[in-house]
Amino acid sequence: MIEVKNIIKSFDGSKILKNISTTFEKGKTNLIIGQSGSGKTVLLKCLLGLHQPDSGEIIYDGISNTNMNESDKTLLRREMGMVFQGSALFDSMSVLENVMFPLNMLTNKNEEEIREKAKLVIERVELNNAINKLPSEISGGMQKRVAIARAIVMNPKYLFCDEPNSGLDPKTAIVIDKLIHEITKEYNITTIINSHDMNSVIEIGEKIIFLLSGEKNWEGTNTEILKTNVKSVKNFVYSSELLKKVKKYL
Amino acid sequence: MLYIDDIGRYFLMIKMSFFKPSKWKVQRKLIFKEINDLIIESIPIVAILSFFIGGVVAIQTALNLSSPFLSKSLIGFATRQSVILEFAPTFMSIIMAGKVGSYITSSIGTMRVTEQIDALEVMGINPLNYLVFPKIIALLFYPFVITVAMFVAIFGGFVAMTFAGVPSEAFISGIQMDFDPFHVSYAYLKTILFAFILATVPSYHGFYMKGGALEVGKASTLSFVWTSIIIIIVNFIITQLLLS
Ligand SMILES: Nc1ncnc2c1ncn2[C@@H]1O[C@H](COP(=O)(O)OP(=O)(O)O)[C@@H](O)[C@H]1O
Ligand SMILES: [Mg+2]
Repeated sequence: MIEVKNIIKSFDGSKILKNISTTFEKGKTNLIIGQSGSGKTVLLKCLLGLHQPDSGEIIYDGISNTNMNESDKTLLRREMGMVFQGSALFDSMSVLENVMFPLNMLTNKNEEEIREKAKLVIERVELNNAINKLPSEISGGMQKRVAIARAIVMNPKYLFCDEPNSGLDPKTAIVIDKLIHEITKEYNITTIINSHDMNSVIEIGEKIIFLLSGEKNWEGTNTEILKTNVKSVKNFVYSSELLKKVKKYL
Repeated sequence: MLYIDDIGRYFLMIKMSFFKPSKWKVQRKLIFKEINDLIIESIPIVAILSFFIGGVVAIQTALNLSSPFLSKSLIGFATRQSVILEFAPTFMSIIMAGKVGSYITSSIGTMRVTEQIDALEVMGINPLNYLVFPKIIALLFYPFVITVAMFVAIFGGFVAMTFAGVPSEAFISGIQMDFDPFHVSYAYLKTILFAFILATVPSYHGFYMKGGALEVGKASTLSFVWTSIIIIIVNFIITQLLLS
């Protein structure tokens, strides 16, 4: 569980995150949604420790980020996995090498153990056939799977995904969403996903916070979001033509 | 002001690249890979360029020493001097700023724009140590490249003179004439400084770049411009200090 208390973050004098407080729950897929530019990535990077908030507190299972020194931060990082928007795979390494990488860099396991562990995770994301391919040789959906495998190979407590299904076709997007959801359950991870995709909201939005230009405008679940009367949220939810039509027939 | 910022950040980058080192097992692999990419793979082009430039230097010297009162051995002498003092260390380093430098900038820059550097950071790895440190170490072998350039260029001069009918004993005695070991020390001191510049300036341009694929190309060009300017200025300063 991650608790966020009164986070403020500005860049060059302009406030990007305006006093955000919420909790992200363990074993659930927590979604941060909002229009492009609303501050989702900045919030995620604050949680990851890549940005230092101006003020406020982030508490990771009882451990506060305030007065944390460098080595505490490094230890905390090892509990985190991240799936980047563009997958961010190392393009000179094969699928297997990408997944082995964190184990190679950060553990003292021997080559054989590392290979076995990596293969297990690759099997989990169903990529056994692509194990020796380079990232440039596989599809966007497969790259995302590798990114997920690499993010969970260290058994993280926290999994962060920045728009994991951007650039994917709708069907593949749902498959990736479901995969992240299943993994969250299996490994009991606190998963936080940035998204502006209503499909993900409905499929896996167990806990949703809605950002509107840097403010938390709404929070709730996927069943609640469809019934809400908050205008800004409704505008966001029913911004697609398809859903507008669906709503008409409800 | 902008430049002062950059200079500060450049030295901070170098300092940071020595911190939080990767495990030796990983580090060793990275260093060997860089030695291959930056050093070994540069040898062929360096050898080809050196051979022909050495030949041209000898031909031009011969052309300017047309007086029958001047000994033919002066051709060997002048070729050796220009190759060891300037051509091999400085001229080759500028070419390497194009080859090695733009390779470093574009490979690190690509990692930056595709968030691979962020990925390293999230894993708790020091990306500067992972990316820059092995390049600095690999380029400790750069004097080897310059040594190849020196030998091949003088050999190129020798071959050109053989074709031109200059007796080989005259050329060889010229190569051995008035040999001053300090000139070699001067050349290698420069070479080591240039190696450090070649490893770090392009890394800086790649690591701190912003934007997308288009900007990677721009960063490589900018990196070449700065690397060669810095090499030329450092060359001037060192030469002033040591030889004038
Ligand atoms: N490193 C940065 N420096 C300055 N401004 C930034 C930085 N990162 C993000 N911003 C600004 O913060 C705002 C929110 O960005 P972001 O979190 O990326 O939005 P999104 O919700 O689309 O992920 C944008 O206006 C962006 O320009
Ligand atoms: Mg974003």
